[in-house]
Amino acid sequence: MASKTKSVSVSKGGFAQKTLDFLRKYTMVIALVVVFILFYFLTNGRLLYAQNMSNLLLQNGYVLVMACGMLLCILTGGNIDLSVGSVICLVGGVAAVGITNLGWNPYLTVLLGLVIGLAVGVWQGYWIGFVRIPPFITTLAGMFIFRGLGRLVLDSKTVSIQDPRFLNLFTSYIKIPGLDNDERLLSPIVVGVVAAVYVIVSTYLSRANKAKKGYHQNSAAGDYGRSVIISAVILWYCWLLSQYKGISVMLVWVVAICLIYNFITSKTAFGRYFYAVGGNEKATKLSGIDTNKIYFAAYTNMGLLAGLCGLLCVARVGSVSGQTGTSFEMDAIGSCFIGGASAYGGSGTVGGVVIGALLLGVINMGMSIMGIGDSWQYVVKGGVLLIAVIFDVVSSRKAS
Amino acid sequence: MADIILEMKSITKEFPGVKALDNVNLVVERGEIHALIGENGAGKSTLMNVLSGIYPVGTYTGEIYYDGQLCEFKTLRDSEAKGIVIIHQELALIPLLTIGENMFLGNEFKNKLGFIDWDRTYSEAEKHMKQVGLYESAQTLIKDIGTGKQQLVEIAKAFSKNVKLLILDEPTSSLNDEDAKMLLDLLIEFKKQGLTSIIITHKLNEIIYCADKATIIRDGATIETLVKGVDEFSEDRIIKGMVGRAMDDRYPEREHNIQPEVGLEVRNWTVHHPLYPERIVDDNISFTVHKGEVVGFSGLQGAGRTELAMSIFGKSYGTNISGELFINGKQVHLKNCEAAIKHGLAYVTEDRKTNGLILGESIRFNTTLPRLDKVCTNGVIDRDKEVKVAGDMTEAMGTKTPTIEQAVGNLSGGNQQKALLGKWMFTEPDVLILDEPTRGIDVGAKYDIYCLINQMVANGKSVIMISSEMPELLGMCDRIYVMNEGKLLAELNAKEATQEIIMGHIIRSTK
Repeated sequence: MASKTKSVSVSKGGFAQKTLDFLRKYTMVIALVVVFILFYFLTNGRLLYAQNMSNLLLQNGYVLVMACGMLLCILTGGNIDLSVGSVICLVGGVAAVGITNLGWNPYLTVLLGLVIGLAVGVWQGYWIGFVRIPPFITTLAGMFIFRGLGRLVLDSKTVSIQDPRFLNLFTSYIKIPGLDNDERLLSPIVVGVVAAVYVIVSTYLSRANKAKKGYHQNSAAGDYGRSVIISAVILWYCWLLSQYKGISVMLVWVVAICLIYNFITSKTAFGRYFYAVGGNEKATKLSGIDTNKIYFAAYTNMGLLAGLCGLLCVARVGSVSGQTGTSFEMDAIGSCFIGGASAYGGSGTVGGVVIGALLLGVINMGMSIMGIGDSWQYVVKGGVLLIAVIFDVVSSRKAS
Repeated sequence: MADIILEMKSITKEFPGVKALDNVNLVVERGEIHALIGENGAGKSTLMNVLSGIYPVGTYTGEIYYDGQLCEFKTLRDSEAKGIVIIHQELALIPLLTIGENMFLGNEFKNKLGFIDWDRTYSEAEKHMKQVGLYESAQTLIKDIGTGKQQLVEIAKAFSKNVKLLILDEPTSSLNDEDAKMLLDLLIEFKKQGLTSIIITHKLNEIIYCADKATIIRDGATIETLVKGVDEFSEDRIIKGMVGRAMDDRYPEREHNIQPEVGLEVRNWTVHHPLYPERIVDDNISFTVHKGEVVGFSGLQGAGRTELAMSIFGKSYGTNISGELFINGKQVHLKNCEAAIKHGLAYVTEDRKTNGLILGESIRFNTTLPRLDKVCTNGVIDRDKEVKVAGDMTEAMGTKTPTIEQAVGNLSGGNQQKALLGKWMFTEPDVLILDEPTRGIDVGAKYDIYCLINQMVANGKSVIMISSEMPELLGMCDRIYVMNEGKLLAELNAKEATQEIIMGHIIRSTK
């Protein structure tokens, strides 16, 4: 009964209510901005140096990719995949040993790495989806198994990788002849302008379409305000990139993955089933959806993305050891929960997860620039995670 | 002057959209066994929850006098402190703990250091177990004793709380006849020692056997209290009290145009329990539903109706399912719910909150879920189309909501039920199975749902209606099948059937 009156007051609420709703909806965005500003001052502006901003996305690229996969697992009911870090070690190890020690073709090795990731995913997905072994236990076992296999492949050594064909797939910077030369980098600006225009035009088209069909519209100020802010951020970031080396191939990978998963989760039937399973598995099953397959898909997909992350990591770091990827899964899980995914499943968005990952990334980077050690970074990260989830739980409790 | 231990005066309890109790009165004398009877959903359990403080003071209106004092219980503990102990139908025992641990859960004996005093726990436990005639070691795990003995553990637990008024909610529903009789004899024995009991049960023969008085509740109101030795105290009399409500125009008229074609036919359908495969839940059941016909399934809870429906609906319940299934005259094998939906079956689940809807998601999300492919091109959802069809369906169902983006969890019970119905109408079924379609919703919403059912059959579809409300079945169905304990007892023409006839079939087979 209380919830019913509440919902009415939301739709008819006054300015105070609207502000509250706005704050609730964009909490994490606001938090990100606040943290940005905080570290901007704490680092005397060094945080916003082009080099740092470029590195922010590259350093956290693997987190973003993993978090996209982790989101699907978490959506099914707060289930996580603990084995991701170990899979990174295994796939990275195979790639490094294969290319450096055995002289494999780098392109085929990339393919092999993805296949290994996929195979790991199928293995875990089978037990979780069809035999219903609890995900925590299955992936905890996977964490040990694949870490061990990774070390066996590496023979407990650190193996570096220098093949330029492999590195170019991930770490080189895009140089477009005519636009970019040694003096200036125009390609980021061009990309930025195109993206910004696309955001604004698509907002316009979507509103026009809605108007034509007579659907409910958000306020024009809200829609355009949002797209102008997004465009401005894109333009600003691209301008920074043009000041430092330009667009990395890695960035293209990461952005592409985020966009693909955003599309899957928000626009496809397949994506929607993850929300349904997490929202009420029984009802979903009785609606004719094979929930076992959804679990299977979540973990298979996570394996594939972990494989990709393995390749990204090797390329960025340049070498692999038995410790590579340790506790990376925790960054991905943390990003999802900070980004508003429910620990009980059924809610969460790729956009939120990206914000969550960036928030952690900014905190890490800001503290690194300030010269604060790892240990304190852990403390602060943990605190942020806890506060974010407390806020989420408490505010949703009030809302119902 | 009779010695009154408990008096509940004009208790009224409302849930969102429905009045569960309306001015209910209950008077219990010290040292009697008082039976509380009524159909499923009549309000018996709600009344007991009010009494025991599960619904705390303030959430209901009316007064409770216990031992002559006005009581305002805020929690279960408050009522237990007074010696009122309720034993629920679903036993609240933890299988992997011992009898002793279960008995003192939350009231552990502690020594000076604050550790559990195990010697005292087990000796006290065994003392109370002897009281109820349970001769087991108190260190036996609950899972290792049968349901009958578990029931005794619950009663022993009540004794450990110094019980003065014992409330048993369907204590014998999971017991065999022998254990049930032992339990009832035990109650009679306790009565001699001065214990007062309230017993809620469907089994009228048990009431005749042990109760001194019977209060009948119907539609959330007390109808009458029968006293053994004063009033006629027979099963027929009690049934009359339970079902004897006026049949006014609560059911919309419809033109009966039953077609000769059979929409759904089930032959020799047998279903076994999923966890205990040796238990037969539905035993060799055959029935037919014609196009344009509403067929009802009547029976008590646990009769096997829901299990029958779910096993037909893509084997979503049970193991070792055997039998034949024909839809529109063609034999089909439905291996999962998806296949069932594709073949034009729809099953509107009994419990809309746990099995039917995704409460946190919108009406739009829920409506399209079973047939998302209808609003997709190449797996991509056409949002505009989805909004359109969900909006149309919401309108057709008459669901009251500000927008279709409203989370269904925020709707009232009746509107949730309409949203659920809309979800299944969206699959365009030929055979619609409704399981308790009007439970816990108000009269107006019920009427709307009846109208939708009439619309379905007017379009030549087949409707199966499972309901514990007999008037509803009599008012809505063309034919009624009566089930009890997994067996199909009778097939009745609804025009000739009465509640007494249906109840009679059930009662006779229960004995």
